[in-house]
This record gives sequence, structure tokens and C-alpha cells, in this order.
Amino acid sequence: MRTRAVHLLCAISFLLPAVAFALTQAGQNNAKKPSASVTRSEGLAAWQQVYSVLTHPRCINCHTATNYPQQGDDRRRHFANVVRGPEGKGVPALNCATCHQESNADSTGVPGGHNWNLAPLSMRWQDTNDKPLSNAAVCRALIDRLKNHNLDGPGLLKHHEEEALVHWAWNPGRRADGTMRTPPTITHAQFVEATRRWVEAGTPCP
Amino acid sequence: MATYQLNINGQRKEVTTDASTPLLWVLRDDLKMTGTKYGCGISVCGACTVHVAGVATRSCVLPVSLIGERPVVTIEAIAQDPVGRVVQDAWVSEDVVQCGYCQSGQIMSAVALLKHTPKPTDANIEESMGGNICRCGTYVRIRQAIKTAARQAK
Repeated sequence: MRTRAVHLLCAISFLLPAVAFALTQAGQNNAKKPSASVTRSEGLAAWQQVYSVLTHPRCINCHTATNYPQQGDDRRRHFANVVRGPEGKGVPALNCATCHQESNADSTGVPGGHNWNLAPLSMRWQDTNDKPLSNAAVCRALIDRLKNHNLDGPGLLKHHEEEALVHWAWNPGRRADGTMRTPPTITHAQFVEATRRWVEAGTPCP
Repeated sequence: MATYQLNINGQRKEVTTDASTPLLWVLRDDLKMTGTKYGCGISVCGACTVHVAGVATRSCVLPVSLIGERPVVTIEAIAQDPVGRVVQDAWVSEDVVQCGYCQSGQIMSAVALLKHTPKPTDANIEESMGGNICRCGTYVRIRQAIKTAARQAK
């Protein structure tokens, strides 16, 4: 009995440092430490793919720097004098939900998704002349936790993986003339994978 | 074709129609409620505005299949609402209406504004009513009527 207890103590004394080391490593990974498997240059290449999606009209049309959303592939000002409103959801009597429902209304050409809204001004990806910001500027804004609702790398990845309005970009529905809206040039799976590699590289910015 | 159970002005209405049919045409053609007007059909003019779950909504672009359980209020019942009654009275006292075609939508939007913002500023009125077009140009009287209603609403 006494021998077994000694063996158990020895095992614990060997295991404890290993467990502590593993926990430390896990903590560092959560703190956005670059992964050894993804280099900075690979991370920057992945970021370029992420940027191509973020600045696609399906995304950037609601990441404006102005008092209004945009629409269409030409990113024109939203019709009907729609304005941002205090919470990014329009104003009373002219809310986003005045037209946009929980899903696309293909028969009438109105896009829709859960919680349709403009991104906050802190997440603007264009200037006040409606020109997209540089990939460096968007990257810095995206990883600034004072601007991005305090999301770390894994949080950004989760947002890109799960947010309903992110998914909508790949299911944007039909225009009033019956033609399909244009999705981003890479698939959602490729977008998520690019985000993952960028995060694993430590969210490097150009 | 499918059958939908709708809550219109507090009453249960059953309609059988195509899922893609806009609420506007369910109201006008199926339920013979013609107070809600067809203006542009693409949500630009606001003439077709109704309330869906309290939100001013363009009925011309809302497929009936997306309404679900949400209650719909139209111009026919807005006088039963205390704010709606005051707004309609203000519309009369300020003699807002010229041709009248857009006015049911104007009133529905004005009620939605005042329910959320009881004492609106000029800027509030311009932003909230900016999606309702009046070909007669009664905008000045609309603004005055909203201010009158705001003073009289309890």
C-alpha cells in the first residue's frame, strides 16, 4: 500500500510540470502568439484574401464611413434617403426592418438576414468619399479591440465563421430583376480558412 | 399556393395565395382593404406603409410568407390607436392632404415616428419621413401636423 502511494506521488511530481507547461502553451496560443506552422508572409497572404472579402460590395456596403448604407455592386448610396440612425438600424419609420426581413425576399428583390444593420463607424472600411481603405488600414481597424467589440484573433475567426450577416454574403439572394447578387470571389470556407491562417500567424498587418 | 393565417388589425384572416405575394396585394386584392396604396412597388415611395409588429413596413416588398405570427396594423385601424387618432386629427386640423394618394403611408410613418420619438425635432421628422414621397409636395404641412400631433399626444 505504502509502495503504491510512493509511486503515485512520483508520477504526480513528474506530471505536474508537464501539465503546467501545456497550460502555459495553451494560454500563449489564446494570446495570439504566432503559430510556428504559419509564417508571417503566409499570414499576410491569407490577410489579402480576407481583405478581398471585407471590401467586396456585399460586405463593405454596410461598413461605410458616412450616414448612409450603400447598395449594389457599384456601391451607390442606398435609395429612399435611408440613414444610419443611432444604432445602425435606421430611424423610426425608416428602419432597416422597414424593408429588410430575416431572410431574402427573392420575389421582391429585397435582401434580408438576421439583425440587418450597418456596422458601427469604428468598423468603417471606407473613407467619407466612399473609397475603400487600404488593406493596412482595414487590418489595423479589424484587430483594434477598442474598435472591434473587443474581439481577439479567435473571436474574429468565430465572427467570420458564424455571424449570420457574414454568411449572407454567400447567400445574397436575387435582385428585383431576378438575377443573382454577386457573392465574394472566394467561398465562405476559403474565407474562414484564410482567416484561420491569418489568426494563426498572429494577425499580421501589411 | 399556400394558406396563411394572418393577424390583421387584431383580427384573424385566412388567405390562400402564392408565398411570394406581397402583403400589399393580400390586403388590397384578397382582403379588399384598399386604404393601403400601391405607389411604386419597389419600396421607394412609402405609400404602402403598414405596421408589422410595430415597425413601419413597406408592404409592397414583404412576401406574405415572411410575415409569420407578427401582427399587422393598417390605416383602416390606426384611429383605434391613441397616437394614431391624434395624428389623424392633426392631419385634418392642419389640412395636410392635397390629392391624398400618399397620405395613408405618410400617416403610418408619422405614427411610427411619434411612438418612438414623442417630441421629434425637425431633423427627426426629415430623417424618418424621408422615405415617404408626396407628389403634391405637402411636406411642410406634414411636418406641421406631426408637430401638432406631438403637442397633443398624451
